[in-house]
Amino acid sequence: MTRLSWLATAGAAGAAVVVAVAIFGPLVAPYNPDAVNFNLVLAPPLSPHHLLGTDQLGRDVASRMLYGARTTLEAGIASTLLGSVVGLPIGVLAGYFRGPLDMLLMRLVDVMLAFPFLLLAVGLAAISQPTLWNAVLALGVAQVPQIARIARGAALERRDLEFVQAAVVNGERNLTIMRRQILPGVLRPVVVQTTVAIPSSIVGAAILSFLGLGVQPPTADWGAMLAQAETYLYQAPWLGIFPGVAIFLTALCFNLLGDGVTQALDPRRRR
Amino acid sequence: MLWSIARRALIALVTLLLATVVVFGAVHALPGGPATALSADSTNPAALAATMHRYGFDQPLPVQYGRWLGEVVRGQFGTSPITDIPVATQLAQRIPITLELALLSLLFAVLLGVPAGVLAAVRPGGLTDAAASAAALGGLSVPHFWFGMLLILVFAVHLHVLPSGGFTPLSGGVASAGANLDHMVLPVVVLGAGLAAVLMRQTRAAMAEALGADYVRTARAKGLRERRVIWVHALRNSLVVVVTVIGLQLGGLIAGIVTVEEVFDIPGVGQLTLDSVYQRDYPTLQGVILLTATAYIVVNLLTDILYTLLNPRIRVTGSAA
Repeated sequence: MTRLSWLATAGAAGAAVVVAVAIFGPLVAPYNPDAVNFNLVLAPPLSPHHLLGTDQLGRDVASRMLYGARTTLEAGIASTLLGSVVGLPIGVLAGYFRGPLDMLLMRLVDVMLAFPFLLLAVGLAAISQPTLWNAVLALGVAQVPQIARIARGAALERRDLEFVQAAVVNGERNLTIMRRQILPGVLRPVVVQTTVAIPSSIVGAAILSFLGLGVQPPTADWGAMLAQAETYLYQAPWLGIFPGVAIFLTALCFNLLGDGVTQALDPRRRR
Repeated sequence: MLWSIARRALIALVTLLLATVVVFGAVHALPGGPATALSADSTNPAALAATMHRYGFDQPLPVQYGRWLGEVVRGQFGTSPITDIPVATQLAQRIPITLELALLSLLFAVLLGVPAGVLAAVRPGGLTDAAASAAALGGLSVPHFWFGMLLILVFAVHLHVLPSGGFTPLSGGVASAGANLDHMVLPVVVLGAGLAAVLMRQTRAAMAEALGADYVRTARAKGLRERRVIWVHALRNSLVVVVTVIGLQLGGLIAGIVTVEEVFDIPGVGQLTLDSVYQRDYPTLQGVILLTATAYIVVNLLTDILYTLLNPRIRVTGSAA
């Protein structure tokens, strides 16, 4: 075992803890995250009954952190999965059929690339309303081009291999060939990209909530909590510390995990 | 090579046209329809009719698109119903501010990320490598806006050495330049840090590969000084990475600019974008989205071309043909 895979294991463990918090957090949260208490506003951390203090409405910060883990993680992971589920078939079709279809699909992908996730989120918020799912949609769609390009590259490479040619000569149906012969070679780089993309999606989801383009108050979410904390940065800096540390550590763990997966699955980057 | 550049430029143009179709479609999907959305005063029937006529929204769709595109290409995005200022004027005021922020951040990122990547690659596993890699991982994981809040907390609230936000325009004097830069320090550090992290990692990987290559062994065998081998021979080929990374990170950079402008209260294009969403100021929103998409496509094209020019393999095949 090398030093890096030790780090990757630590990352995986940390990521598992965060996922566990997202799943079970609401069960152990001491308070209702939306319960306001105007008698105990902006209580500092380590106050009696409020380990991480309370916010400007007297809501328990620890409880909101636990509930917020679910929202933040859901948005980050769901958007990455959306990007992969849409991008993978586009890339495989383009790489397998080549020619005009490849040209058409790749131009479409180029157009998608011209709208970074923030612009998509802004557009969606303008057309309808800023919601968590619009943020997920924007983050997901923005990831389609990258996945599609990677899948296309792998499919193109795979298409020239002899056993794929043999299947073509055998007269097997295109769909069968794509599923049986092409897909296995495409999955590996796509999985690598997906793992690498999750931390930036989590941060992206937090950014959108922070800017008011995602989760709306009073829903507990790390990014949204930071948006409110900005107003109270002088009186209650802890409101801005805890959610930020949580996002940072989550992204860090998933980044370490992503590095490890890349190292293990991507033969080009193996040393 | 000229052919390949022309081809890329053509593709970029097609992409740009398709992007305008998307925006045009989005304008039509707006609540109340395109005329209501793009009118400076949607409650006034006369203003509504004028907008309708100006963009030709009473015509068949393809004609509408043609008319609308004609206006948009000339920078006629209409007038903001909120501020009563033409969108083009607002954009002209804000573009230089955002450009200054973006270019300074880029400079900071290159000056920090590239040397760090080189030093890390020279002695892999060494102390410098470990420190630089750890810093890069941190830079990659930290959300811009939170990093910005932390810096405000430390440097503005506690130490009082830098302003917490705002912007001072350049008005010629030395004092204004100083104030301008004072306001730029924290935003540039925040925006540049993430980019520097990616640059460091990519430079490190490219340098590691270059240092193992035959031409580096040859350079060493010739008796060249190690410093020259690293900083001239090996680094030159790794610089292609910088261009590639900037192209790839552009989407993240745009998101970063918007958040940093929001956190540090900088009146640039990013803040204009957010304000126009919050206030449902559709003419302005249409303008900033078209502007950003165009900038994105153009910068992508430029990095593509630069990449072709810098990459010796592509250059040689091009001139041989």
